[in-house]
Amino acid sequence: MAYSEKVMDHFAHPRNVGELADANGVGEVGNSRCGDIMKMFIKVKDNVIEDVSFKTFGCGAAVATSSMATEMIKGKTLDEALKLTNKAVMEALDGLPPVKVHCSVLAEQAIKAAISDYYTRIGIDPLPIVGEIGDCEACHVH
Amino acid sequence: MDRFVYADNAATTRVSDSVVQAMLPFFTEHYGNPSSLYHIGQEAHAAVDEAREKVAKALGAAEQEIFFTSGGSEADNWAIKGVARKLGAQGKKHIITTKFEHHAVLHTVQALEKEGFEVTYLDVYHNGVVHPEDVAAAIRPDTCLVTIMYANNEIGTIQPVPQIGRICKDKGVLFHTDAVQAVGQVEIDVKDQCIDLLSLSGHKLHGPKGIGALYCRRGLRLPNLIEGGAQESGRRAGTENVPSIVGLGVAIEEACRDIPGRTREIKKLRDALIEEVLKIPRSRLNGDREQRLCGNANFCFEGIEGESLLLLLDFNGVAGSSGSACTSGSLDPSHVLLAIGLPHEIAHGSLRLSLGDYNTMEDVRHIAEVLPPIVQRLRDMSPLWDEIIKAEKESN
Ligand SMILES: Cc1ncc(COP(=O)(O)O)c(C=O)c1O
Ligand code: FES
Repeated sequence: MAYSEKVMDHFAHPRNVGELADANGVGEVGNSRCGDIMKMFIKVKDNVIEDVSFKTFGCGAAVATSSMATEMIKGKTLDEALKLTNKAVMEALDGLPPVKVHCSVLAEQAIKAAISDYYTRIGIDPLPIVGEIGDCEACHVH
Repeated sequence: MDRFVYADNAATTRVSDSVVQAMLPFFTEHYGNPSSLYHIGQEAHAAVDEAREKVAKALGAAEQEIFFTSGGSEADNWAIKGVARKLGAQGKKHIITTKFEHHAVLHTVQALEKEGFEVTYLDVYHNGVVHPEDVAAAIRPDTCLVTIMYANNEIGTIQPVPQIGRICKDKGVLFHTDAVQAVGQVEIDVKDQCIDLLSLSGHKLHGPKGIGALYCRRGLRLPNLIEGGAQESGRRAGTENVPSIVGLGVAIEEACRDIPGRTREIKKLRDALIEEVLKIPRSRLNGDREQRLCGNANFCFEGIEGESLLLLLDFNGVAGSSGSACTSGSLDPSHVLLAIGLPHEIAHGSLRLSLGDYNTMEDVRHIAEVLPPIVQRLRDMSPLWDEIIKAEKESN
């Protein structure tokens, strides 16, 4: 199993890592049993993600996908961010080994969870907009 | 960072110069087939015999009891499947093993379970050591085999093999031990220790990869695993891997020449390493502190995940390993760490550093210098670590 140079770069130099003090949306997905937890912090203004950060407990791919995902949604509208798929994150990283696909799923879900939290905080039901945030499929295998 | 520290000797070892030198002529000069009658064949034959003598001597066995294989995995498969086929036919379909065997053993007995064998997996307790009395209690009239590793590959714990061997002998049950990690590190005498079958591998003792041996006690005739030509007294077919067999012979002779002296030196390094690493908050040593292989140190660091740790260590010139989910391509953490009772989230953050003959105190100092900031860096980005710290504050 080998990681692409992009994955290694994002793992070695993660972008937007840490906690966002003035976040108005926070989402956490995964669980420590599986070995991955991803937490996303977003700061939304006028429907635009002005700032974003993450904290991740997980493997190299989990860190790299979190990092890449934050870069891909920064400055985007909420609708645009919701369209971000795990596939797009993987492609941006020049691919992931097959066993690491679940990490990219986690990144997509972490964004959705953060946006849901934002909508909930401003009194809007997120379900019709964001939809259900399923569990990581890999989680159900064991 | 120029320094490179190889601290994964339990995974494999550097082949020693003397082993390489001993092997080389068998590629280009004495390349004959040992079964051939002309002189370069007979030279190869003599070299295989000499290597067999060396392996036998290292184990306190006779030459006729040593069979070369393609490695530890094949030896394990042969011993276990062989006994199961031989005695299963007589209705003995119960096997005793432990929860934390190498997969070469675990997957083999699991395959036999599908064929109708019943397997008892003994507990290894929190320190990773089997209790001999549990072995005695598990033996039944239909038990065909007890297979328990000599030393564990992940946490390095050494099992009470002589006591287990005695129990098996008294009860008339065959005893196999996977000694891949133990040979050259622990004094082994198959007769004194009542071992019927023993697996070993070349690449853990500065020999080549892809070569190993099965010791099979005289008088115990197992069905063949590999059928074909009449090599290895008709019991293991295939043209002998002469260079590797020669390499294994030299390697095992060197490894077993002065076990107390060699292990004393490695242990000094290992103990210094353990002392340094355990200064990291919320770290622990896995496996019994005393009853462990001289080079093995296996740690858990709460709040971080093993693969990330390995990658960052690699950036800093340190090669180690982890029983963590991701490295093995399966999502479950190490079965060994779960067997000693660690919760999943802690088992994910494990690090095995295994030192060997080529390591120095400089290596230990390098690891001690680079490891703590790496652990801290990963904890700083870990939401799980935040929770641990929060819980700690609340309980204070
Ligand atoms: C305990 C144990 N058994 C078996 C094996 C397999 O040996 P080999 O790699 O020679 O097949 C190993 C190491 O890989 C091991 O550590
Ligand atoms: S979140 Fe990764 S396996 Fe479930």
